[in-house]
Amino acid sequence: MVAKRIIPCLDVRNGRTVKGVNFINLRDAGDPVELAALYAEQGADELTFLDITATVEGRGTLTALVRRIADVIDIPFTVGGGIRNVADVGALLEAGADKISINSMAVKEPQLIDTLAKEFGSQCIVCGIDVRFRSELKDWEVYVAGGRTPTGLDAIAWAKEAESRGAGEILLTSMDHDGMKSGFALEITRQCSDAVSIPIIASGGGGKMEHFIDVFKQGGADAALAASIFHFREIDIPELKIFLQKHGIHIRLNR
Amino acid sequence: MASVAVVKYNAGNIRSVLCALARLGVDAEVTDDPQLLKKASHVIFPGVGEASSAMRYLHQKHLDEVLVSLKQPFLGICLGMQLMCSLSEESHTECLGIYPTPVIRFQPSLKAKIPHMGWNSVTVYDNSLFNKIPDPSWFYFVHSYYVPLSKQTEACCTHGRTQFSAALNLGNFWGVQFHPEKSGPSGAQLLTNFLQF
Repeated sequence: MVAKRIIPCLDVRNGRTVKGVNFINLRDAGDPVELAALYAEQGADELTFLDITATVEGRGTLTALVRRIADVIDIPFTVGGGIRNVADVGALLEAGADKISINSMAVKEPQLIDTLAKEFGSQCIVCGIDVRFRSELKDWEVYVAGGRTPTGLDAIAWAKEAESRGAGEILLTSMDHDGMKSGFALEITRQCSDAVSIPIIASGGGGKMEHFIDVFKQGGADAALAASIFHFREIDIPELKIFLQKHGIHIRLNR
Repeated sequence: MASVAVVKYNAGNIRSVLCALARLGVDAEVTDDPQLLKKASHVIFPGVGEASSAMRYLHQKHLDEVLVSLKQPFLGICLGMQLMCSLSEESHTECLGIYPTPVIRFQPSLKAKIPHMGWNSVTVYDNSLFNKIPDPSWFYFVHSYYVPLSKQTEACCTHGRTQFSAALNLGNFWGVQFHPEKSGPSGAQLLTNFLQF
């Protein structure tokens, strides 16, 4: 049986880790490669690098960073942020990324998912979906531009469309839960997981180890992604994985 | 010292394989030159992509004939292993026919999402390819098609209710469905074992 995955997420800008990190055993906490290697060593199942560089020059820096990551890291990694077209994806995959994640651009130009899946295969196309609860309609709405712009799209409908167009995985982030550390958005994660047959990565809200049990058992997620709780060592990855196994979650323990 | 050739064709993740070999101190040559492929001590046939376009490319370059005639240890990875089979359901593609086994598409279910993506444990029958790898051994898989169990199966894996071949062997031809280049220390050990053949 395939194991549930734990995925640390690193925000990078101009090739450096942005969000604060708190690791005493790193020489340079700002170097994403060093942090990534530590996570891989600790048993992270995959890594996600989110590039928040806004400039064109920054893209070149990102490709160079991806090459360095691929040299060192022996587990799969996804790169996302600001991807616009086939050329962007080709450059990142050629540099050694295993998967790319598209978000705003996929909403703006859904055909891009079809094109990328055909060109590179569904297995490397992750569709990022950022959502917020709409209390008046009792549903979840898709947001783009880093959660700033509402689209009117229903999250489930969009997830199904992304799947039918060839996305291989969905990275579902609840903006309502992100940073709150009060648990993942279980309801929408479960609805999304039941609605599509591709894997769901749940993101946003993980604050305690128990939250990870919930997102796998109740949310039906295939993977859980988190950032600062790992960076600030509020949750230790090896400890989390042992905890999950004790609670009946199928997890990869020895590296 | 092994002189390793990696088959150059229109399939992805070649750089990942080269990086994994470099971490083992092996400098491999990426080539589609039949002479260089024949001369190499070991040949690795990686691949992420689509079966029919990959086979079309191999056929156009006459690499299909070259690959099946090779005598040295040969390792197909993921799509590479599937292309070594007889026939793939992916675009109904005739493959290299090294293994007399077809490639079949997974049927999705709530318990078994497609693609089969992530870390899964494999059951090893008896295989020097898995020497010194702890049991259970975990490897990283990403695929929507699978090779059923057969006489050539050297390790198996389960997704949902489907048992499938995680590794195949026939003579000098080895294949693995997972990605050793992305499977941490276990994957590195498997590549080391192969290079010692």
